Amino acid sequence: MIYLELLWSFFQIGLFSIGGGYAAMPLIQHQAIDIHNWLTMQSFADIMTISQMTPGPIAINCATFVGIQVAGIPGALVATFGCVLPSSIIVTLLAFIYYRFKGIDAVQSVLKGLRPAVVAMIATAGLSLMAMAFCGSDTFTSDVNIENVILFIVALLVLRIWKLNPILVMVCSGVIGLLAGVIL
Amino acid sequence: MKEKAHRYLTLFLTTLEISAFTFGGGYVIIPLMRKTFVGKLKWIEDSEMLDLAAIAQSSPGPIAVNAAILIGYKSGGIPGALLSILGAVLPPLVIISIISAFYQAFRSNKYVSMCMTAMSAGVAAVVIDVVISMVIDVLKMKRLLPLAMLVITFILVQFFSVNIIIMIFAAGAVGYIDYALGRKKAK
Repeated sequence: MIYLELLWSFFQIGLFSIGGGYAAMPLIQHQAIDIHNWLTMQSFADIMTISQMTPGPIAINCATFVGIQVAGIPGALVATFGCVLPSSIIVTLLAFIYYRFKGIDAVQSVLKGLRPAVVAMIATAGLSLMAMAFCGSDTFTSDVNIENVILFIVALLVLRIWKLNPILVMVCSGVIGLLAGVIL
Repeated sequence: MKEKAHRYLTLFLTTLEISAFTFGGGYVIIPLMRKTFVGKLKWIEDSEMLDLAAIAQSSPGPIAVNAAILIGYKSGGIPGALLSILGAVLPPLVIISIISAFYQAFRSNKYVSMCMTAMSAGVAAVVIDVVISMVIDVLKMKRLLPLAMLVITFILVQFFSVNIIIMIFAAGAVGYIDYALGRKKAK
């Protein structure tokens, strides 16, 4: 039952992605690539790229994209619903507790305690994206695309030093890649 | 009654608008919501907004959705929360559905493919940049426990493919024990 699978997978993604958009990345990779083979690593990298350039949370964008690819518009609706369901329940509950008791310290400090682990998981997803950009597969191989390595290094330096807008950096790398491909 | 309906409509349209025009994820959306709901509409106090932002950021799920739920709940109870979820989710749902309909045809185009391949280097750089900033934040805490959690989680997930949901539970347990011990000490 594909709809139930989508619902359950994206429910887990919504439930366990703690601390913002990037936290959803390793979970999506785990669910949609490792467990279900709904996405290839390439389409995962594509949807991450598209997500950066369109409005909306990464998790919702992915839910919609995966849902449509796997089971059409109803699939997109089911996956998106699954993705926001945990938030809807938990956050409404927290809002209730906050306005009633003004105290959510324990919950918050536990979630904050999670943060270093979440950072580590985002790092592993980042490495997969690097492998995809450099070698065209989800692990590093000796077959390296030198152009992309250079693009990556330049983009990273530009982002870190001048704090340029990520959308701009990505559009520029796309344009450079296109020009290089046409000219060379 | 009419006033209430108007408030719901404003809530829905405002979250829809914020969601449709916010690029760059959850961290950008909170200042925007603050500007609208605290500054313009005056539905929420400034200090309250800080608490709501903290809850949105530390709860599971997308920050933008969480913030919308909190603001919706405050502005119109459970129906308000549902309306603002709808407002927050609708724009990405529609936009990605359209993109996804053209994706296959689009992706097999030679020039699009060149562009996307190069952009994958860009998106990897964006993510690694975020990771570096987050690691610096962890280092700034100047505590051994978070650093150890970071390193151990990375090794277990990257090299031993440990299930990340199990890791989240384990890290949550460590976080709770740390919190409980810290409180005991404070007393």
